[in-house]
Amino acid sequence: MKGLKNAEKAMVAAATAAALALTGCGRNQANSITVAGSTAFQPFAEKLADQFMARRPDVRITVQGGGSALGIQTALSGAAQIGMADLVKLPPEAAGLESITVARDGIAVIVNQGNAVSNLATDQVRAVFNGTVANWRNVGGDDRGIRVVSREAGSGTRSSFEDILGGFRLANDAIVQDSNGTIRETVANDRDAVGYLSHGLLTERVKPVSLDGVECKEEEIVAGWYKLVRPVFLLTKGAPSGAAKDFIDFVLSPEGQETIRRNGLLPAR
Amino acid sequence: MVVRWIAERAVKWVLIALAFSALASLLLIAVFIFKEGVPFIVRVGLKDFLLSSEWDPQAGRFGVFAMIVASLCVTFGAMIVGAPLGVAGAIFLNEFVSRRITRIVKPAIELLAGIPSVVYGFIGVVAVAPLIREHLGGPGLSLLCASLILGVMVLPTIMSVAADAISSVPNSYREGALALGATRWQSVRMVILKAARSGIVAGVILGLGRAVGETMAVIMVAGNTVQVPGSVLDPVRTLTTNIALEMGHATGLHRQALFATGVVLFVVIMILNALTMAAMKRGHAGK
Amino acid sequence: MRIPPRYAQNIAVVLLGGATALALAALVFIIAFVMVKGMPAVNLKFLVDSPREMGRSGGIFPAIVGSFILPLAAIAIALPAGVGTAVYLAEYTLENRITRVIRIGTDCLAGIPSIIFGLFGFIFFVTVLRMGWCILSGALTLAIMILPTVIRTSEEAIKAVPRSYREVSFSLGATQWETVWKVVLPNAVPGIMTGVMLSMGRSIGETAAVIFTAGAALRLPTSAFDSVRTMAVHFYLLAREGISLENAYGTAAVLIVSILLINAASYWLMHRFISRRAR
Repeated sequence: MKGLKNAEKAMVAAATAAALALTGCGRNQANSITVAGSTAFQPFAEKLADQFMARRPDVRITVQGGGSALGIQTALSGAAQIGMADLVKLPPEAAGLESITVARDGIAVIVNQGNAVSNLATDQVRAVFNGTVANWRNVGGDDRGIRVVSREAGSGTRSSFEDILGGFRLANDAIVQDSNGTIRETVANDRDAVGYLSHGLLTERVKPVSLDGVECKEEEIVAGWYKLVRPVFLLTKGAPSGAAKDFIDFVLSPEGQETIRRNGLLPAR
Repeated sequence: MVVRWIAERAVKWVLIALAFSALASLLLIAVFIFKEGVPFIVRVGLKDFLLSSEWDPQAGRFGVFAMIVASLCVTFGAMIVGAPLGVAGAIFLNEFVSRRITRIVKPAIELLAGIPSVVYGFIGVVAVAPLIREHLGGPGLSLLCASLILGVMVLPTIMSVAADAISSVPNSYREGALALGATRWQSVRMVILKAARSGIVAGVILGLGRAVGETMAVIMVAGNTVQVPGSVLDPVRTLTTNIALEMGHATGLHRQALFATGVVLFVVIMILNALTMAAMKRGHAGK
Repeated sequence: MRIPPRYAQNIAVVLLGGATALALAALVFIIAFVMVKGMPAVNLKFLVDSPREMGRSGGIFPAIVGSFILPLAAIAIALPAGVGTAVYLAEYTLENRITRVIRIGTDCLAGIPSIIFGLFGFIFFVTVLRMGWCILSGALTLAIMILPTVIRTSEEAIKAVPRSYREVSFSLGATQWETVWKVVLPNAVPGIMTGVMLSMGRSIGETAAVIFTAGAALRLPTSAFDSVRTMAVHFYLLAREGISLENAYGTAAVLIVSILLINAASYWLMHRFISRRAR
C-alpha cells in the first residue's frame, strides 16, 4: 500500500521533470531572445523590446542587466543572443563578436547645485579625479575639500571616462557608487562632491559643468564638440539572424532611434 | 509484506540521499568558487593577494587586505550596535514586562527580520548618511554608517534567538533565585544569563554571520573606497561588496580575482563558523 | 564600591528598558519611514498594472507575482530535501560520524553569504547548465540558501514530538516510515511551518542571490524558464538608478505589507493547526 504511494510520487516527479524539460525546449525557439549587458542601456532596451513585441507578438524578448562584461560573456556563451556594451574600447574577448553601434551617450561631469564651479578644463577634470587637486579653490570654487565620486572599476561609463580623458589613476580615496542613480544622489546631497554620469540621466538635482567651455548638451554632443561621448554596442555571435536581426534592425530604424533620443540617449549617427 | 519491506528500504535510501543534499550543495558551491578563484591566487601569490591593499583591476593590481580589514571592522561595528541592544531587549521583554506585551512585541520584532536588506540600505543612504556628514563630517557614506545600518538590521535576529534562549530557562530557576531574596536583576545576572548563555551566543553569532555576509545594504552605505579605514568616518569596501560591485564588468583576470575574493570570504566565514562551534561547545560544557 | 541590589535593579531596568525602547524606535522608524513615503504611491492600479517606462509609471503586478512564485518554488524544492534530511537525522540514525559531517555541512551552508549563492547560481545554473536567468535557476539557488533553515527547524520540530507517540505507533505494528509519515510528521507540522515561514521571509527579501540567477525581467512569466523580477529587486533597481523614488517607496511598502500578511497568515495557520490537534 505504502509502496504504491511512493511509486505514484515517483511518477509525479518524473512527469514534472518531463514537463520542465519540454518547456525548456520551447524556450530555445528562434523567437525567444535574451538581451543582456550594460545596465545603462538596459532601460532603453526594455522600452525598445516592448515596442518591438507590440508589432511582433510571436517574439519574446527578455532584457537583463549585469554590465557590459556580462553582455560580452553571455553573447559569447550563447546564454544571450544579443549582448549590450557601452565601452569606448571593447575588450579583446569581444573580438569574436559582431558589434553594431546603436546609440551614443554623453558623459556629464556633475557637481552639487550649491557649487560655484561651472566650467572645468580637461586637465582640471583629470587633476580633480586623480586627486592632485584636492580643493575647489584651485579650480575656481570655494575653499572646500573636493570629494570625488566615481563608478566601479570595469563599468562602461568609468572605462570610457578614463579612456577619453587619457588613462589616469583614480584618487585612492574616491567614493565608489555602482550606478548612475546613486552617483547622482550622492552628488546632489554633498556640497563638495564631484562625479560623472550618463547624459541621459541628468536631472535638476545636480549641476553639469562645461568641459573646456563646451556644455554637456544634446546639440553639442551631436555636433561632435563635446568630448566625453561613448558608443553603445549591440553584440552578436556571428552575423545576427532571425528575430535577433529583426530586433536590431528595429533599434536602428527611425522609430527605434527616436525612442532612444526621446529617452535621453543620442542616435547612432 | 515483501512490498512493505521493499518500500521501507527504499524510503531509507531516499532519506539518506536527501540527507546529503545540504552537504552536496556546500561542496558544489565550494568546488565552483575555488575552481575559479584558486588558480588566480596561485598565480598572483597568496602573500601579494592577501597582504596588499592595492586594488586596481585595470592596472592588474589585486590586493584584498583593505577589504578583509573593512569586512572585519564593519562586522565588529555592527555587533557593537546590534548585540547589546538585541540582548538587552531580549532580557527586558522576557524578565521585566508582562507576558501580554511580550506576546505582541516579539512577533513584531521578528517581522522586522523579514524587511529586505536593500530597504535598510536605502534608509541608510537617505536618512543616516546625511546626518553623519552634517554632524560628524566626512562623506557620510562610511564605516560608521554601514555599522549602524547593519547593527539595526541584525538586531531582530539577535533579539529573537536570545529571547528564545532566555524564555527556555526553566521557571524554577527564576523562582529559586527570587525565593532566596534576589532582585529580578540579580536573578537575571546570576542565574538566567548563565543558563541561557549558549543560546545568546548563538544569536549573536547568527547576527555576526548575517553582518559579514551582507552585500546590497553595504554597497549602498559604505562608500566602497578601497582603503584601510583610518577612522569610522572613512568610506570602506568589504569583501562582499567588492564581488557584487565589479562582477558585472569583470572579464579574464579581473573576474578570477573576484572569485578569489569569494574564496577569501568563504574561508573567513568558515573560520567564523569554526569559532562559533567552539564557542557553543564551551557554552554547553559550561552549563 | 558595591551598589545596593535595589538600586542595581532600578538601574538595570532603566538601562535595559532604554535599550529596548531604542531598538524598537529604530525599527518602528524604518517601517514608518517606508510606509509614509510609500503608501501615497500605492493604489489598486499600482497593484494590478504592469510597469511602464522602465517602472517610472504603471504598477508592479509582475514583481508581486515574482515575489511569491520564486520563494514558493524555492520552498517546494527545499522542503522535501530539508524535511527528508531532518527525518533521517532524527529518526533513522544515531549520532555518528556521518551525522556529524552532515550537521557541520549544514551549519557551514547556513553561514554562506547570499552573494556567494548568487555567484554560484549564476555559474552553475545559468551558465554551466545553460538554464539562463529564470525562475528555476533562481528557485534552485534560493532553495540551497534556505535548506539549512528548513533542516534545522524541522529537526527541532521532529525531536519535540514525544517518544511515546512513536512507541504507540510501533506497538500497533506500524513500520518506521509509517510511524514517521502518520504520527511524527503531522505532529511536527507547526515547527516545520515556522521554518517555512522563516525561509519565505528570507527569500522574499533577498536581492543579491536573486538578481544574478532569476534576472530582472519586467514581464509576467509564462513558464519556469522565464526570468522574473521580485519586489526586492524592483525596489533596488528603481532606487539605485533613480528611475522613480515614489514607485520605489511604493514597492517597498507593498513588500513590507506582504511580509506582514505572510507572518499573520502563518500565525493564524499555526494556531488553527494546534487547536485542531488539541481537540
